[in-house]
Amino acid sequence: MERFYTLAFVAGIGCFAVAFVLSFVFPWMTIDDYHGTQFVDWDQLAETPSSSFIELSEDFPEEFAAAFPGGVTSENYADALRQGRDLYIGQACWHCHSQYVRVVSNEMQRFGPASNVQEYQNALNQPHLWGTRRVGPDLTREYGLRTNGWHIAHLIEPKDVVPYSIMPSYAYYFEEDGAPKYDGFALVTYLQWIGSEYVRLEAEAAAQAAAEEEAAQ
Amino acid sequence: MSTAMTATMTAQPLVSEDGKSLVAYHLVRWHLAAAMISLVISMSAGFLYSLQFLGYFPFSESEIFSPGHFRLIHTNMAAYGWLVNGFTAMCYYVIPRLTGYRVWSAKLGNLIFVVWQFILLATIGGLLMGKAQAIEWGETPTGFRPGSFDMNWVPVDLLVAVGAVLLIAQLMVPIFKARDQKFYVTLWYFTAGLIWLALTYLMGNIIPEWVLPGAAGAAVTGLFIHDLVGLYVTPMGWGLMYFFVPLILRKPIWSHSLSVIGFWALAFFYPLGGVHHFLISPIPDYVEFGAITTTIAIEVVVTTVVVNFFMTLRGKWSALRTNMAIRWFYAGAVMYFITCLQCSFHVTWMFQKIIHFTDWVVGHAHMIMYGTFTFWIFGVIDWLWPRIVKREWYSNRLRGWHFWLSTIGIVIMFTDLTISGLIVGFMQRELNPWSDMVMASIPFWWVRTFSGGMMITGLLCGCYNMWMTARSDREYVEDAHYIAAEAD
Repeated sequence: MERFYTLAFVAGIGCFAVAFVLSFVFPWMTIDDYHGTQFVDWDQLAETPSSSFIELSEDFPEEFAAAFPGGVTSENYADALRQGRDLYIGQACWHCHSQYVRVVSNEMQRFGPASNVQEYQNALNQPHLWGTRRVGPDLTREYGLRTNGWHIAHLIEPKDVVPYSIMPSYAYYFEEDGAPKYDGFALVTYLQWIGSEYVRLEAEAAAQAAAEEEAAQ
Repeated sequence: MSTAMTATMTAQPLVSEDGKSLVAYHLVRWHLAAAMISLVISMSAGFLYSLQFLGYFPFSESEIFSPGHFRLIHTNMAAYGWLVNGFTAMCYYVIPRLTGYRVWSAKLGNLIFVVWQFILLATIGGLLMGKAQAIEWGETPTGFRPGSFDMNWVPVDLLVAVGAVLLIAQLMVPIFKARDQKFYVTLWYFTAGLIWLALTYLMGNIIPEWVLPGAAGAAVTGLFIHDLVGLYVTPMGWGLMYFFVPLILRKPIWSHSLSVIGFWALAFFYPLGGVHHFLISPIPDYVEFGAITTTIAIEVVVTTVVVNFFMTLRGKWSALRTNMAIRWFYAGAVMYFITCLQCSFHVTWMFQKIIHFTDWVVGHAHMIMYGTFTFWIFGVIDWLWPRIVKREWYSNRLRGWHFWLSTIGIVIMFTDLTISGLIVGFMQRELNPWSDMVMASIPFWWVRTFSGGMMITGLLCGCYNMWMTARSDREYVEDAHYIAAEAD
């Protein structure tokens, strides 16, 4: 028990391996089989630029053209999502805003439907950004709730929009007149994306259910 | 106890067969100094970040010095700057003494030291430039844009992996040479802990970032956060306690059987609890229940170890009054027990509903990382520093200030954040508006910043004292101290 090889192989490697299998390999296999989850890659995510990305290009045509030469394309949209998420990670936004809704503590009344597995099976959730602390509210069900203008005003000076907010100002991502710089466009595009996978999957499921019902009749 | 353990009781500089010093003292000294500097950086960053919550953050116009960046520096410097440097210094001192062999190579030690401090600088730089990796407690930059191989910074993750492998080789050589001996408890923890460090780091930095998205990745992230604490920091911390407490008290550990139970139960149960960082989440429920059960089982382990240490102290209670190192150790052990007891309750769904996502967890994390493991390293420094620099402590009064400011500071911070977490947790359940929850937290955040200030002041007392001790001309005399201890 107190010999080198026992310690190194049984405790060091053995116990670690048991835990690795039980608390990672098992859930991973379950998740993979669960309703046949599928990984949504960058190409699929960015195939259709979001309406808020298109709106940004219309509201700030000059700045948008400077930041994203070529206009509203899938490549530019993917670039904006990626840069936006890099900023979200780098500025540690995910340490004050969570990205999952639990079934307890009335969270479904406050934020919306509870999180499921499939909505995180995509390239923008690798690594996942669930977070462990909520100084500010959860963001997963924000999709479609706010306008680009709200996000821009809020990022420039959170207190102007939410009086008691303690969120830092991110004014350096915007020009003096409020027009976004490249980083500003990216951040708003990413924030407007969060939660869209859930909405898309729900819509798909509803369409499929309707089609099945029709076929049954 | 092994013969090597008894040999340390003479506290003479030990010499190996070829006449060289067994311990590479310069490496102990350097790593301790680097650890203290890292802790000052880490705690200052945490203090600055806490000012954002009060509306007094000084650099609000700057992208580089944004509050979020300081938050990342705070936790990463605590982990990779303070704890790793501190534990490495201790390993350099303890392992040769227990095995009777020198570490692999002093020159390799110099290299590891330089590489590790470069890693810390590159981490601070990378975090300030916004190149963090989205793994909690592993924000050390990958050096690549997430999901691609476009290099955008020094690949710190790779360097850490290389540095860790070198460090493990360096420290494993003497342990391996002594493989025919019966190991003392400290070496059980160190042998397994060093292997766990490598496995944990690789697992946590490869799988969620490069292999798996979403819930499966989250299961690994949870395991990574948990294992870094449970399979590196905890074994190193307990290893130190098992070495230094009997050494300073000059009596053996109370029960060998309890040490055996403590070690093997930690090895078996501790890593199984990883998923408890993301409870009531899309991770499958049966995995969560397994994690909750094993986490509660850890409390049994903790109790055996803590009982063992308090029984060891029996008959020598006066050491708490007369010996500063013992005072640090046992204050840390009390806080360890409180934190672990708290954990076995709040890991349940019943508590999680309320306290997850609140300041309760922040208080918990500070209590264990600062109140326990930092206290233990402080205790070792208190005992070791005069012996390393061969000078008497510059000021006993400053040693007292360091201890009391730290202790009162962390107790206030823990109590404050725990209460705040409960209040905000219930407000969240009762659907109070978010701004009300922020308003309710602000008084608690003021107290938190204040208590953090106390802890930093204590730390600065300690740093100043170490510096002045190294510069003083009062030679350290070993014998007098042991004679005094015997007379107690």
